[in-house]
Amino acid sequence: MDQVYESYDIAVVGAGHAGCEAALACARLSFRTVLFTVSTDSIALMPCNPNIGGTSKGHLVREIDALGGEMGKNIDKTYIQSKMLNRSKGPAVHSLRAQADKQEYSKEMRRVLENTENLVIKQAEVAEIITENDCITGVKTASGAIYPCRAAILCTGTYLKARCIYGEVSNYTGPNGLPAANHLTDSLIAHGIEMYRFKTGTPARIDKRSIDFSVMEEQLGDEKVVPFSFTTDPDSLTKPQVSCWLAYTNEETHDIIKKNIDRSPLYSGVIHGTGPRYCPSIEDKVMKFADKDRHQIFIEPEGNYTNEMYIAGMSSSLPEDVQVAMYRSVKGMENAQIVRNAYAIEYDCINPMQLKASLEFKKISGLFSGGQFNGSSGYEEAAAQGLIAGINAARKLQGKEPLILDRSEAYIGVLIDDLVTKETHEPYRMMTSRAEYRLILRQDNADLRLTKYGYEVGLISEERYRKLEEKRAQIAAEMQRAKDTPIGANEKVQELLTTLGSTPLKSGSTLAELITRPELSYDMLAPIDKNRPELSVDVTEQVEIELKYEGYIKRQMSQVAQFKKMEHKRIPADIDYDAIPSIRIEARQKLKQVRPENVGQASRISGVSPADISVLLVYLGR
Amino acid sequence: MTETIAAISTGLSNSGISIIRVSGPETFQVMDRIFRGKKSGKKLSEQKTHTIHYGWITDGDEIVDEVLVSVMRAPHTYTAEDVAEINCHGGSLVTKKVLKTVLKQGVRLAEAGEFTKRAFLNGRIDLSKAEAVMEVIRAKSDLALKNSMAQLQGNVLKEISALREKMIHHTAFIEAALDDPEHISLEGFTNELKTSIIEIRERLYRLISSAENGRMLREGIRTVILGKPNVGKSSLLNVFAGEERAIVTDIAGTTRDTIEESVTVRGIALALIDTAGIRSTEDVVEKIGVEKAKKAAEEADLILYLADATNEVTEEEKEILSLLVNKKFIVLLNKIDLCEEPDTSVLEQLTGQPVLCISAKKEEGLDALYDTIEKMFFQKELSYNEELYITGERQKQSLQDAYDAMGKVLDSIEAGMPEDFFSIDLMQGYESLGEITGESVDEDLVNTIFREFCMGK
Repeated sequence: MDQVYESYDIAVVGAGHAGCEAALACARLSFRTVLFTVSTDSIALMPCNPNIGGTSKGHLVREIDALGGEMGKNIDKTYIQSKMLNRSKGPAVHSLRAQADKQEYSKEMRRVLENTENLVIKQAEVAEIITENDCITGVKTASGAIYPCRAAILCTGTYLKARCIYGEVSNYTGPNGLPAANHLTDSLIAHGIEMYRFKTGTPARIDKRSIDFSVMEEQLGDEKVVPFSFTTDPDSLTKPQVSCWLAYTNEETHDIIKKNIDRSPLYSGVIHGTGPRYCPSIEDKVMKFADKDRHQIFIEPEGNYTNEMYIAGMSSSLPEDVQVAMYRSVKGMENAQIVRNAYAIEYDCINPMQLKASLEFKKISGLFSGGQFNGSSGYEEAAAQGLIAGINAARKLQGKEPLILDRSEAYIGVLIDDLVTKETHEPYRMMTSRAEYRLILRQDNADLRLTKYGYEVGLISEERYRKLEEKRAQIAAEMQRAKDTPIGANEKVQELLTTLGSTPLKSGSTLAELITRPELSYDMLAPIDKNRPELSVDVTEQVEIELKYEGYIKRQMSQVAQFKKMEHKRIPADIDYDAIPSIRIEARQKLKQVRPENVGQASRISGVSPADISVLLVYLGR
Repeated sequence: MTETIAAISTGLSNSGISIIRVSGPETFQVMDRIFRGKKSGKKLSEQKTHTIHYGWITDGDEIVDEVLVSVMRAPHTYTAEDVAEINCHGGSLVTKKVLKTVLKQGVRLAEAGEFTKRAFLNGRIDLSKAEAVMEVIRAKSDLALKNSMAQLQGNVLKEISALREKMIHHTAFIEAALDDPEHISLEGFTNELKTSIIEIRERLYRLISSAENGRMLREGIRTVILGKPNVGKSSLLNVFAGEERAIVTDIAGTTRDTIEESVTVRGIALALIDTAGIRSTEDVVEKIGVEKAKKAAEEADLILYLADATNEVTEEEKEILSLLVNKKFIVLLNKIDLCEEPDTSVLEQLTGQPVLCISAKKEEGLDALYDTIEKMFFQKELSYNEELYITGERQKQSLQDAYDAMGKVLDSIEAGMPEDFFSIDLMQGYESLGEITGESVDEDLVNTIFREFCMGK
């Protein structure tokens, strides 16, 4: 029997990384929020890799933090190893990655949720969305309980009609054997929403007592840990770190895979879903890159209180017996005891082109979505969308304009724009190469870029905002000082330059000019800079980067100015593309499907040519 | 900020005068730098609006042409922006030089239909004409794109594609390593990249020089020789070219690809294209040749349709006749030296045009052919495609942009920048070359990364 229960402002469906951020944002903005999960034990679960961050994903976490999200704080509390990747490369691609204690991560996030005002957690499977005149009015659980709401956010992850597969074994469950959500898809289809079926996979977990680490290369964390959150004091991060281990597959491993490839559901046609290219299964790697005689694998601990080790680089859906043989063929894993088998998982998600850039459905007012449900993959991509969906659901109820970050402001902007504008045929993963303005979108300046938005939205405190603005002023002042500080070609200067392996000065220079030399740094020049003020590292870091790469940054800024012009040309929501005969048919179909919000977005749709954009501009100028 | 743009606004044909239009906020600053007035002293920027001035366009110390320049200030101009119109001497060489002088001052070559677009967006063109404006933009862009591809010689296109391929490969490698630093190492790559960029840059330089010499483009009236196999098409090309350019044999189907030659007939430049004989064939290579011939016919300004006097006109001619629809063409009956009384009536009936009898081998009847071409040109039935030169100039600009971008990569390498800085300009070069081939970038990079490099966890 259906029964109507208490109503909420906002209902969030799913308590993974997207759902947690969405629910926290809504509740913190004072909306009565209910968070549904199929199991309260799976809140903020990390069903795949045991880390947060990594290349471009680390950027996302920083941005989430600057906007007032939780992921950065949570990993700072629960990391067991941390590393800044790409340190030898430019600052734009430095990326922070931390190994998480999975259970602690989950527990800590749950603690935060449970202690947030206005937030209620319910263990129930949402089976239907309820609408009236294309507006969301409530959700209904599988048991028939109806919860009226004014907005809803779908963050169902990989749970919709989920199926886990390895070899001939097929289980209709979500990850980790958790119950799947089998009803919601039908309700969404009934509401005219187009669904996709994607797949992803995970490797086996192996008991660490059965691995011989002495034949593997140890991978240590950084000595000095950099926190994800701008609110975490770097000096507080001093706990001992665990190690990861590097090992390799070999020809025997590859032979085992090749001999059994016909038993892989990926190759036998059992799996229909589209998998991601960036995290291919080991059988894919062996088959597609046949010339490689070995592949790297990383053995990573799942936490401090478990013996389970995650075998990164060897996800698979091969049958159990093949898995055992395959893992045991790796040097150091001859006696490997598998705790959990590797498997592939198939699930329903949406075609994200049905969403606006606010992550609200074009068709259903008040219905938002985030995370893997939107065709993305990864914890960080999910959290970023969850946060934006949460903020925008709240803003909708506040009667305010949605928060939309553009491609020149944040990786989050790139992520969402890509999802809602370009067709994705595989789970979408963030990559730095997708960000055309990445010199500006660095992880080190995420706070300078985005804190103001978090503050305007109401998720960043006055105090934090003021501190940030102070930092901004200090950076500007110090940059100016560096440009105004003359450095003469005197003996002391020449001596320092020579010891630092830099060419001596021919004539007078400035501090700023010296900083631009690749072999020099702000810190190195301290001895010849007597009026240097006392500044924190995060200020001097910005000064150094901004001065060192000024030419490149300026070039990119002028590209951004061009980009913004097109972004600011709004396209009316009711535009009739059929009334513009000069747009080619292919372009017209795409424009009708995406219904871009501005001319910039229109120009990024594949199949829309510059001439089509010219025609569109003329039409809009009519 | 609106850019200042320029283009030739008259055709490049045999007219006496050409007009180059410059429009945008910096119009008069640019003109002041290149125009020297007869009455010295007063700059164009100081002249009243809607006045005309006599003087010279100069490039440094060199006088480029004697000109009249109209000064028209915003808003009462075609585009509603500041406009200067340079009336220079006609003929493609001078006109090109004047335009080049303007472009050298940082003015951008106008896109197809851009003056009209600006006129409209600035409110100069009646709102009711919006649709017509859109049509103009559409038509001109389509034409520009078609020209861009059709105009490039096959080997040039191949070279551009090969260079593009290299650029994206390097970028993909860098990006793959940035994305997955634990699997892919960039150690030692910078040196390898440097060598490769130097080579790419040299190859771009060669393309640019050949563009300067006009060797890159099929310049002139695109003239396609069409006919069944073994009717003497290659012989005719050789006659035009005055040398053995195409292989001539008695075996039907010898020419399997299209062959191109720039020739001049009575001072008129023709881009002459010899094609494979059109017939139904099972030979795969020959089939491709036939397809190419059909495509060449589509893009032709003029078709020389060649038939064999020693053979009867057959069914297979019909396919060729269908290619002549809506085209300017001349009908030629070849091999009259092997035939006592050539019969032109059937051909005349089929084509509805007079038939010229020639012998390519004996070089007979060619004067009549040259006369016909000359007449068609001066009666303006044939003209140089005015978009053609513009397209060529645009292509050259794109090559130059790509060349400059590679220079920036080298600068970054020299300055000891980290690898991620290289990809910015590598992709810029890739994009610039894509403008020539009409390919957009879209997901190319991500796709290349995944195709070529084994990524991931």
